[in-house]
Amino acid sequence: MDDFLLRALLAGYGVAILAGPLGTFIVWRRMAYFGEALSHSALLGIALGLLIGISSQITVIVISVALAISITLLRHRGELSSDALLGIFSHSALSLGLIALSFMESVRVDLIGYLFGDVLAVTQNDVYWIASIDVAVLLTLFFIWRPLLALSVDEELAQVEGTPVARTRLIFMLLIATVIAVAMKIVGILLITSLLIIPAAAARPISNSPEQMALFATAIGALSVSFGLWGSLQWDTPTGPSIVIAATVLFLIAQTRAILR
Amino acid sequence: MLRNIPLQPPLSSTTCPTRIEMPNQQTAESTPLLVVDQLSLNISGQTILSDINLQLGEREILTLIGPNGSGKSSLVRIILGLLTPTKGACRLKKGIRIGYMPQHLQVGSLMPLTVSRFLLLGGKTSQKKVMEALAEVGASKIASAQIHTISGGEMQRTLLARALLREPQLLVLDEPVQGVDINGQVALYKLIQEIRDRYGCSILMVSHDLHLVMASTDRVICLNHHICCSGTPDIVTKDPAYSELFGSSQVALYSHHHDHTHDLSGKVIKCNQKSEGNQDG
Repeated sequence: MDDFLLRALLAGYGVAILAGPLGTFIVWRRMAYFGEALSHSALLGIALGLLIGISSQITVIVISVALAISITLLRHRGELSSDALLGIFSHSALSLGLIALSFMESVRVDLIGYLFGDVLAVTQNDVYWIASIDVAVLLTLFFIWRPLLALSVDEELAQVEGTPVARTRLIFMLLIATVIAVAMKIVGILLITSLLIIPAAAARPISNSPEQMALFATAIGALSVSFGLWGSLQWDTPTGPSIVIAATVLFLIAQTRAILR
Repeated sequence: MLRNIPLQPPLSSTTCPTRIEMPNQQTAESTPLLVVDQLSLNISGQTILSDINLQLGEREILTLIGPNGSGKSSLVRIILGLLTPTKGACRLKKGIRIGYMPQHLQVGSLMPLTVSRFLLLGGKTSQKKVMEALAEVGASKIASAQIHTISGGEMQRTLLARALLREPQLLVLDEPVQGVDINGQVALYKLIQEIRDRYGCSILMVSHDLHLVMASTDRVICLNHHICCSGTPDIVTKDPAYSELFGSSQVALYSHHHDHTHDLSGKVIKCNQKSEGNQDG
């Protein structure tokens, strides 16, 4: 196997490991649009990184956390419905990012790469970076698992029972922002949410417990990466979208199985 | 077990006569678990609650009744710390363990979760205790059922079990019998009283059902943004403010209940059953 392929595969698995459990929580908490708004803001983060000359992965995390907090605060004021608010943020962030990048004439930016991913360009360093993020995120998730699960079932009940709701929610948002920063190289800003949601949705009909669903989602995500990469080489299709379509096919198989049963 | 309760007069007579004879002062007997002091709540210019004062003593069952939109749930949410009052204060005994049974909780079918796992999420507890709590509320058979498949009544029992698992000193029940059929309601109210006796906890209940709840409560507060009237069920049901709020037709139905309930302090449950039987016949 070629080196670049192996790196792509490892990076893809690294993202699938995170996208599985986090995507499962996004599905339970009905935060798909929220995830989308955060991932769209990543472009603004990249522009900021290029502007001040630091790693774009850090600026992406900073920008999406800032956005997550402002959405949460605005939602509490409750004058706009959540989905409208998220729509506004999502598309403004994307547009703002595109405009910011267009100003940077000195830097040649691979816009398509950012939007749809460029997994075949993953470097050795990227793989290490993803691996260390994996460890950090999974450890954090392990420690907040019970409170996060409790507040995903019902936030008020969890709060009355003494679960640290605000803290857990904030940590969860941080984790999502981190995954976005990691995943954007694999499937691109526009497709990150799909990698979070589709494997989790595919895992639902075959799972009997929350943990099982998270594990199956990870496995389905990893399978999607494998099939997507393979298909992309076989038919010379763009890699990011191929991974997403592989996940969709697995989702359809799981749904069909559930209906036939 | 139940039949033993009337046979222990020393236990019940120490608390009950005071409750009956001095309904308004009974909280002075013990340090109250909960004090609500001149509390008001305004939300965007509207008065939801104004000048609410109430106390809840140990082992007392207090029921908030009132029409829809009268501020019952808001008051409960303030007591639980989920809502901040505009004015006034709500003080709970330090370090008190609260068991809360929300009015409504829906676990979407997106999360695969069994009833027993749901109960384990309530805090530090064990599978054994979960099974005991489910047995206590009479829902053992649904322990391994997926929670989105159980019925409304089973959900109420599950939520009650989750509140009980916290070994509460204060049990807050928001419309505990909602979505439960009449027989189930009688059984559930009976269970709530048994729980008070078994756990020695205080219970704050919200209800808009008027009939059955009266037999299972020590004290009633009639709420319509402010406290219209309060006291033991027989006093409240004779209060003109009560009839104004709920219509006078209700009064006759109750007094029958109360005569029995309050003469025989320990035999509340049995007495309740009898009067139910009379109504049926």
